[in-house]
Amino acid sequence: MNHKGIIAFILLMFTGHSWAQEDTSQKVSQDLELEVEAEYRYFLDDAAYSDQQRNYPSIAFRPAYSLEWNKGYERINFQGFFRLDRDNERTHGDIRELYYQKAKNNWELSLGLKKVYWGVIESNHLVDIINQTDAVETFDGEEKLGQPMVQFSYITNSIGTFELYYLPYHRKRTFPGREGRLRFGTVIDKDDLSYESGAEQWRQDLAVRWKHYFGIFDLAFSHFYGNGREPLFVFDQTGNINAFYPVINQTGLELQVTHDAFLWKLESIYRSAEAQDFLAFAAGVEYTFSNIDGNGLDIGVLGEYLYDERDELALTALQNDLFIASRIAFNDIQDTSILFGGIKDLESNSTIFSLEASRRFGSSWTAEIEARIFNDIAPSELILSNFRDDSFLRIAISKYF
Amino acid sequence: MLILKLNSNIMRKSILAVIAIATIQFVTAQTPEERGLQIAKAAEEADLGFKSSSVELKMILKNKNGQTSERTMTTRTLELTEDGDKSLIAFNSPKDVKGTATLTFTHKVGSDDQWLYLPSIKRVKRISSNNKSGPFVGSEFAYEDLSSQEVEKYTYKFLEEKGNLLIVEQDPVDPKSGYTRRVVTYNQDKGYRIEKVEFYDRKNALLKTLTYSDYKLYKDKFWRAGTFNMVNHQSNKETLLKFSDYNFGIDLSDEDFSQVALQRAGN
Repeated sequence: MNHKGIIAFILLMFTGHSWAQEDTSQKVSQDLELEVEAEYRYFLDDAAYSDQQRNYPSIAFRPAYSLEWNKGYERINFQGFFRLDRDNERTHGDIRELYYQKAKNNWELSLGLKKVYWGVIESNHLVDIINQTDAVETFDGEEKLGQPMVQFSYITNSIGTFELYYLPYHRKRTFPGREGRLRFGTVIDKDDLSYESGAEQWRQDLAVRWKHYFGIFDLAFSHFYGNGREPLFVFDQTGNINAFYPVINQTGLELQVTHDAFLWKLESIYRSAEAQDFLAFAAGVEYTFSNIDGNGLDIGVLGEYLYDERDELALTALQNDLFIASRIAFNDIQDTSILFGGIKDLESNSTIFSLEASRRFGSSWTAEIEARIFNDIAPSELILSNFRDDSFLRIAISKYF
Repeated sequence: MLILKLNSNIMRKSILAVIAIATIQFVTAQTPEERGLQIAKAAEEADLGFKSSSVELKMILKNKNGQTSERTMTTRTLELTEDGDKSLIAFNSPKDVKGTATLTFTHKVGSDDQWLYLPSIKRVKRISSNNKSGPFVGSEFAYEDLSSQEVEKYTYKFLEEKGNLLIVEQDPVDPKSGYTRRVVTYNQDKGYRIEKVEFYDRKNALLKTLTYSDYKLYKDKFWRAGTFNMVNHQSNKETLLKFSDYNFGIDLSDEDFSQVALQRAGN
């Protein structure tokens, strides 16, 4: 874990910042919280590779601290993470966020490690590129590593919001270790992955995004220039894998049309690098039948089509797939909700079924159930075929302090 | 001269008579619909000019066995006159939903614009405001009960006057509303503040009663209730809203109701 560079960066950011604030509100508020999560993952099938287990008990800690002053227009946010697991690579810690933020009139500035989300699609996150994925943490790729950044947002009422990002340090993706499931036949050590850029992880990267809304339309364009977050795997004639982080240019589009209970969504990227140029998009619709029992029951149906020009080389394995799902929200006191569905490859029978359900107990406990079933995965699926025996059930119970 | 004087007397009398008749005719000509609308407009007028406010809110949900659970949130409101108000609600508890926040742009005509912020993955999602009748976070308040009350959203019928209380029936314009009608009690001596609302469901049966209490006057003009009590007569469940720390001096602007501000509110 190379946190030295990140910490040096944060220190650099804070030096020179005067702490002698003109205290307009005189009110400084702080908040300290901790989530402790006990997790159990059970894999339904015998392992495909040696040293892999079937039972993975695990525990995770998520401390959070925030300090606010100047009526909330200035703050420091911290979010930490630590997990202990049977897989040594999944035993990991991270500073998800540690940044100083100042907002004034129509601008906002953040300095430090932060998480940023871009996108509108549910089943895949194409446009979302600022943060590296915490690939050992979850299968859906929604957990991210803290990214060092300077983020500047400029808000206008008439022509939208402009966001500028200066990203001085790249973080590598962690892959499961020998004892971990959901891995390739060959264990990938993140330190073996190199960079195309001579500056390696210290390449100074930039991103811009413009976002606006017009009535029922929400639209965003973005461009990223820097070290790619996804490693590129190049296979030579002898079957050797050369994996590295390429320097990429990625242009992204996000569009959502919100009409009655329909959400129409489109997300697309064009990524170009020395070794590879490709287009990918996802288009879908979400419709919610709300309050159907007069008691708050909402049933949503989602359909999304996913296309990736990289074909079987797409790390997400979503190159020509259809996602169908249903989201059930009970809108009860316990916030009970269930999301279930499947992603099916349109060229083979490969299907991943998934279920996610969550509920609160009392005021400070939550329980989560997750299932991912890999069904009839075609051997031709370069990425997914490695996970064909990795169907699992996950139960997590969290206590909030 | 005499004729003239006489004439002027007659004139004066007849003018008075005309005015008197006109006044009577005006009063009798005002239909219950017109009077209802007039009261709603008067109530809106009385609350004009608060500009912006913030308030801390505690929501206590009671089920039919009397078991309770609590939620707390901070609500910020920006007054707009040419269109509906803007509001930002951020949850503080329960802790697993802390930071979840919504940004709503109310429109006098047509659907509201609404965004949801999910703090765990830092996502801002535009959501449909179609679900008016559904409960807000498991409470007895429907989304439509908590949205900005714009005059244009109802048609009106004056029912009766009881001392300083004016009782008006309000029929929602939006067919997606969960109600056939609401019966609203205004207090005309206290800036037309609302004392009570009775909600009738789609079958026109009494569904809920909302009672406002612990009123306080802010800036010598704006009445704000400290307690809202919503009782559901059909399920016997109850939701209490307790407002505290009303702040009218906060001086918020459009930028405090942007998607950037929504993310800030949730962190």
